[in-house]
Amino acid sequence: MSRQSFSALSLVWRGLSRHRGWQQQWRKPNPKPGYDVIIVGGGGHGLGAAYYLAKQHGLNNIAVLEKGWIGGGNTGRNTTIIRSNYLFNESAALYDHSVKLWEGLSQELNYNVMFSPRGVMMLAHTVHDVQVIKRHVHANRCNGVDNEWLEPEQAKAFCPPLNISDNIRYPVLGAALQRRGGTARHDAVAWGYARAADALGVDIIENCEVTGIRRDASGAVEAVETTRGAIRARKVGVSAAGHSSVIMAMAGVRVPLESYPLQALVSEPIKPIFPCVVMSNTIHAYISQSDKGELVIGAGTDAYTSYTQRGALHINMHTLDAICELFPNFRRLSVLRNWGGIVDVTPDRSPIIAKTPVPGLYVNCGWGTGGFKATPGSAHVFAWTIAHDEPHPINAPFTIERFRDGYLIDEAAAAAVAH
Amino acid sequence: MLLIVCPYCGKRPEIEFSYGGQAHLTRPARPADLNDQAWAEFLYMRSNTKGVYAERWRHLRGCGRFFNALRDTTTDHFLATYKSGEPRPGHQPLEPET
Repeated sequence: MSRQSFSALSLVWRGLSRHRGWQQQWRKPNPKPGYDVIIVGGGGHGLGAAYYLAKQHGLNNIAVLEKGWIGGGNTGRNTTIIRSNYLFNESAALYDHSVKLWEGLSQELNYNVMFSPRGVMMLAHTVHDVQVIKRHVHANRCNGVDNEWLEPEQAKAFCPPLNISDNIRYPVLGAALQRRGGTARHDAVAWGYARAADALGVDIIENCEVTGIRRDASGAVEAVETTRGAIRARKVGVSAAGHSSVIMAMAGVRVPLESYPLQALVSEPIKPIFPCVVMSNTIHAYISQSDKGELVIGAGTDAYTSYTQRGALHINMHTLDAICELFPNFRRLSVLRNWGGIVDVTPDRSPIIAKTPVPGLYVNCGWGTGGFKATPGSAHVFAWTIAHDEPHPINAPFTIERFRDGYLIDEAAAAAVAH
Repeated sequence: MLLIVCPYCGKRPEIEFSYGGQAHLTRPARPADLNDQAWAEFLYMRSNTKGVYAERWRHLRGCGRFFNALRDTTTDHFLATYKSGEPRPGHQPLEPET
């Protein structure tokens, strides 16, 4: 089916004709009896995988099953930070693959995902931080990932609201700046991929929860059982974030995941004041400003595993303490709303994008607290893995078996906390 | 914030506690006999249950002792807390939920 193409001209034209004639962006099909590939999970990673399967691998009989609605899970709940300044070679390759795809994504999808490479600055507050962050800078540059060290005055020049006084609990001793990092509009990523995948014939089936995975006599995937009936599929890709271990258990596969609540909040909208993204792993502060004017603030994970999509207030307060000390002029702002999402965390804080012991079953999980930045790259290599039945070179290290073989990609140790 | 009943000290706010992950995992009695897969299971695989989950907590800023709890991970309601070494109780609450 044909799709309206978006452009500045079409926007002006529709505006002048009173915004009549905008089309539905994707169909609401009923599930067919069977598909070649079923993706479980209609977030950015799952929709993107369906899009790349259809676009680059020539498959045209694909469904995406979503328990709720498109963009209602972690894709719509994160703080939209995009960067690739990871320590290890494997991570740098994966996340930088993603940043490169972000750069052309709006054109690729003909949908404005509002990617804004405004720079991501990571603060150092202790001598240990300075050493670790400088190590990151050098490792990144060896891997072709831009990153540079800033002295406190340079950090202040890049981000004027930053308090670099010596008289705070954790003074800023410097920062690493990745200029190619930034933010994007999270909903638009889900909607853009959904629209583009739908245009290529992918069935996006919302309000369809997977309740079981059926396997044939040889053990291979045969069908998924859902709240809208059983659907046959030769290949099933699971991209279900916090519920990945629940879905994988339906096929008898154990994955090294624990699901934790991760919270975020926004302030009331204010005029543009904050030019970049600032992160501090040491004192747990993650902040940027949306185009609507809200300060978007990420908090930490709660202590315990949960599936409730909510967390404790003291986690948010801990982050706001840090934000108010780093940016004292935000102290009088009100919080507009806060929310939580459920993130699937691996022991080494690196994802799993891999085949599983079950033939025809693939998994893309373990993104923990930092999956949004990887959306296009993750989706791209996951689609490759499903189409070729073997991993793309970029995701080859990100197996389940690395935990058995001792080949961890230990960003948990590298970043100390959430990343 | 959760209110957690320490079996030794009674009901206290969550910030007095630290979390210890899945309960009733036993360290292998003969570690040398384990192959890599068995070690991976012990070290990294957790049930990550959606529903009633037996887990360890430590009353870090109170009595300092470890204990176990049953909590429903879909609601965060505690069904029971009990001392380390005791078997996992049935699902009846030890005290009425609020």
